Amino acid sequence: MNARGRHVLQHAVMLLLAAFFLFPLAYMLVSSFKSDSAVLSGSDSFEAFVPTPWVGGENYSDAMERASFLRVFFNSVLISVCIVGLGLVVNSLLGYALARMRFAGRRFIVTMVIALIIIPFEALAVPLLFMSAEVGILDTYQVQILPFIANPLFVYLFYTFFLNVPVSLEEAARIDGAGPVRTFVSVVAPLARPAYATMAILGFLFSWGQLLWPVMVTRGVEVRPLPLGIGTFMTTPPVQWGDIMAYAAMMTLPLLVIFLLFQRYFVRGVASSGVKG
Amino acid sequence: MSASRVRRHGSAAAWLFSAPGLALLGLFMVAPFLAAAYFSLTNQRLISPLPTRLVGLENYAAVLGSGSFWNSLGNNVTFVVIVVPLQTVFALWLAILVNSDIRGRVVYRTLYFLPVVTVIAAAAVIWTLLYNPRGLINAVMETVTFGAFAPDWLNSTTWALPAIIVVSVWQGVGFQMIILLAALQDVPDQLYEAAQIDGAGTWQQFLNVTLPGIRNGLIFVVTVTTILAFRLFDQVWIMPQTPGGPLDATRTLMLEMVETGFGQQQIGRASAIAVIFFLIVLAVTVVQRRFIREEGEVS
Repeated sequence: MNARGRHVLQHAVMLLLAAFFLFPLAYMLVSSFKSDSAVLSGSDSFEAFVPTPWVGGENYSDAMERASFLRVFFNSVLISVCIVGLGLVVNSLLGYALARMRFAGRRFIVTMVIALIIIPFEALAVPLLFMSAEVGILDTYQVQILPFIANPLFVYLFYTFFLNVPVSLEEAARIDGAGPVRTFVSVVAPLARPAYATMAILGFLFSWGQLLWPVMVTRGVEVRPLPLGIGTFMTTPPVQWGDIMAYAAMMTLPLLVIFLLFQRYFVRGVASSGVKG
Repeated sequence: MSASRVRRHGSAAAWLFSAPGLALLGLFMVAPFLAAAYFSLTNQRLISPLPTRLVGLENYAAVLGSGSFWNSLGNNVTFVVIVVPLQTVFALWLAILVNSDIRGRVVYRTLYFLPVVTVIAAAAVIWTLLYNPRGLINAVMETVTFGAFAPDWLNSTTWALPAIIVVSVWQGVGFQMIILLAALQDVPDQLYEAAQIDGAGTWQQFLNVTLPGIRNGLIFVVTVTTILAFRLFDQVWIMPQTPGGPLDATRTLMLEMVETGFGQQQIGRASAIAVIFFLIVLAVTVVQRRFIREEGEVS
């Protein structure tokens, strides 16, 4: 096959793959503008991708009302922003200390951090639930934030990132009389922007979609995050698919926007950090 | 300032930098882990009037003696054995495609990654509707197979797990693709040029240059995918009509643990499941690492 033919073939294959990845999302968007009955009845043909009968924003306003959307949306934003914001500081400081500073127990801590990466959170969920109940912080924001700030995977990400950064700039800063804190804030942190961007995106992905832990530690809608809201639609009949799709779209859109805005940094960050192994 | 004071100063800064992270990791990972090990030897319940007492290995005996546990483990193993190779090979193929010099590769890369950005709860609900017996997937199936194959996916003990596997791969493969893409871009061009001069074809270049070049990336992807696959919970909780259904065909260890510890409030027994789960994941990770490393050393 000549080069041109190969290109056409590759485009065809890649477009098919794009269709595979996109059709559920397109289906969600289209269905979110249809009447509830039309979502089901029209789902067995190409009509699935035609938004008729068009009901405008009706499903969206329904979904917002039924699932106290504004409340759970606010909860999700607050929880994720706290986890990621505090996590950026805590994990990068620890990663930096382990990569650059000499202190007793450093090697042991590095080994421990790597060992902690393979402990799935789920294996800790039950004792953590018990401990939270004992301390009396069930049904709060804290119980959904505190356990996830420090993350061994992100500590390791910063650790390997800093190992690969030449020390010369930091030494120059130290000769100029800057202390460790000054050096970190004005020299090290700006250099580590790709690592911060990677952690921010991954951290946001993890925390925004969390389901297991909130199911275990929250009861009422007051502090519950978005993903749990979808359960309200599935369990309280009648199942209104238009509303569900509208809710799913509203849950997904903020992440899509964040990703599209920052994706360049993200790919570069993965490339320059230890995540790729 | 004397040398020893400089060192003490540096060491104080090191502890200042490390303290928040270490404290949080200790409190929310190490402590619960030790607590799980302890609880698994007791009859601890979430809320109970009875005093807690040590019961030895009773919980482990109860867990290992229950059919439900082995059924869940079986489902987990099936899921891992299918998803890990499938997703890794698929991700590598996607990474190679978007790493070629074709026009629009950044757009393709972004599109392939979008499911990763979709909240799993939302994805599970969308796919539940797609898998509806009279839904879109069966419409396609009926057309392709002339009506011969159109199961009620999520209500079939045979097809529920494969259906969930498709959703998991759809949702997760883009992440692995990005990691492998980064690894591919690190392979020096000179190696390919040298191979071409030696007369190596595309396939030989792939085997002798690409694969060894991205070995670390592949190891990372296989390890992480395995751990994530063992943790399967969200999909089997949302998608079937009852969590883990039909007839426990999609029940996983995580679901078993959550229902024991949370639903039935048996903290002791759920902790035993957690410890067993951790040991399984640890064993698989260690074996995998050793196996892959030895293979690498042979070549």
